[in-house]
Amino acid sequence: MKTWIAFWNILVKDMRAYYLKPPNISWGLIFPLAWTLMFFIRSGAGLESVRELLPGVMGISILFGTTSMLAVTLTFEKRGRSFERLLLAPIPLELLMLAKIGGAVLFGVANAFVPVVMAACLADLGGVAWGAAAAAVVLVAVSSALLGLFVAVSVSEVFEAQTFSNFFRFPMVFLCGLFFPIEKLPALLRPLSYALPLSYGADALHEAIRGAGRLPPWLDFAALAAFCLLLFLVSLRNVRRKWIL
Amino acid sequence: MDAAIEVRGLAKRFGDVAAVAGIDFEVRRGELFGFLGPNGAGKTTTINLLTGLARPDAGSVRIAGIDCTRDGKAAQHLMGIVPDESNLYPELTGLDNLCFCGALYGMPRREREARTRELLETFGLADAAGRKFAAYSRGMKRRLTIAAGIIHRPPILFLDEPTTGIDVASARQIRGLIAGLSRGGTTIFLTTHYIEEAERLCGRIAFIVAGRIVRTDTVENLMQPLEGRRAVEFTLDGAAENLAEDLRAAFPALEAQQVGPGRLRVTSARPLSIGPLVRFFEDRGLAVGEARKVRPSLEDVFVEVTGIEADRMRAEREKPAGAAP
Ligand SMILES: Nc1ncnc2c1ncn2[C@@H]1O[C@H](COP(=O)(O)OP(=O)(O)O)[C@@H](O)[C@H]1O
Ligand SMILES: [Mg+2]
Repeated sequence: MKTWIAFWNILVKDMRAYYLKPPNISWGLIFPLAWTLMFFIRSGAGLESVRELLPGVMGISILFGTTSMLAVTLTFEKRGRSFERLLLAPIPLELLMLAKIGGAVLFGVANAFVPVVMAACLADLGGVAWGAAAAAVVLVAVSSALLGLFVAVSVSEVFEAQTFSNFFRFPMVFLCGLFFPIEKLPALLRPLSYALPLSYGADALHEAIRGAGRLPPWLDFAALAAFCLLLFLVSLRNVRRKWIL
Repeated sequence: MDAAIEVRGLAKRFGDVAAVAGIDFEVRRGELFGFLGPNGAGKTTTINLLTGLARPDAGSVRIAGIDCTRDGKAAQHLMGIVPDESNLYPELTGLDNLCFCGALYGMPRREREARTRELLETFGLADAAGRKFAAYSRGMKRRLTIAAGIIHRPPILFLDEPTTGIDVASARQIRGLIAGLSRGGTTIFLTTHYIEEAERLCGRIAFIVAGRIVRTDTVENLMQPLEGRRAVEFTLDGAAENLAEDLRAAFPALEAQQVGPGRLRVTSARPLSIGPLVRFFEDRGLAVGEARKVRPSLEDVFVEVTGIEADRMRAEREKPAGAAP
């Protein structure tokens, strides 16, 4: 019970102190709009392609909402040493990290539904497998947040966290099949795509939203879940090794 | 089970530096135990090892009988920790900071809110409760950080240099609060490099130098050899080489020590007559600006036991708190 009070309050504090601040909220709104507009202008396509773009825009909204947010806030708390308070609190490290990740995941999930609401205003979203879409969104958010945690344990300055997050996420926009199918990438890059969790998330979203996945859904979800578990265990080990002297 | 903290052979190195080099000590329940040493002696590292922020290379730590060596988390609900830097959340208000810290220790909402109000009152921060921590003065930050350390009424409290780098008035208030907590039965482990602070507050003191404890005893026992000693400090206009040595040669019954530029401390086991000393200085062309009787203090013991000059410890006061990691 006591542990859950701590867990819940860490999560709520992060939401209130970081994620639900006006600059972040407006970022969450403007970002998907900007991407969508860019694609319309570039391709000259009409409103019928909204649905085609939606999975990709959802994917980057999550990626950009979680990875650097978690990396930056964790690094910020490490620098200010308030993070030591969490390490000194009588809660298991696993639960502490889950609480920190949880805030970013919720924020990422919320971000993913901004473009969905926008798309619903412009096009007919009938026939979307909402259950599968929601599951994919959550798993993409978890794996993106874990990537942020990975970045946070690797750097010590806030600006490094920002830079290092970009180092991951910009290539991911192009490598993970959000907008261009992975098969259209040069053969040399394709193995890299399949080593990134977002590729499976993007595929699952394409399948759920417009029935255009290229891998069997069970494989997408299994791969995503496996990546999440692996990233969590690796991050936990890194935190133990690097943050407890 | 009488000991609140029990440490055996504790050691920790960082690369080539033996930050803590095999220390043993025991803090009894309800005791106010002082850890006194210069900067870099290993005080913070010791606290980190005791509280679970660092893993020992060797040795054992028991907190209220719980073996913490394997599982640093085991005893954390019994401990309150006030780090050497005021590390609350800058973007939260004083009130929200304390409530959050209460929640970290599993206190239900109503309880932590009541306790927060009580602490803000006690620490003279009630008026600043709604302001962001970032906007607090250094002294206020320090007080709120101490309040956060005791929000869950821990039976054992660790205070890392609680008064370093803050104004005199806040420091005095904080010492009063620490003394109050101690009277209320809290076991306190306090590190400091202020000799007078340790002397005034602590029941027992360990001197730590370069990762080793060189002496542990009660303040009374430490001061015992000084009983009946007289000390006079002379302020001299001018300087002379080997003044202390010359004086010892001229007055074999006296002990002399340069304690600062132009300041010489003379101690004696018997009543001191000033006249011959003044003549001794004047013979060397030194005018005596002031002669002041000083109470022998823990400082003398510290200097004697550790070989560290009081001046060096004093100079460290000027350093900003927490400048070196
Ligand atoms: N994380 C660290 N990495 C490397 N050296 C460290 C670290 N922490 C402390 N030290 C070194 O260990 C010694 C003891 O430091 P510390 O415990 O902070 O001393 P104190 O608190 O008494 O001033 C110092 O020489 C310091 O430089
Ligand atoms: Mg220190």
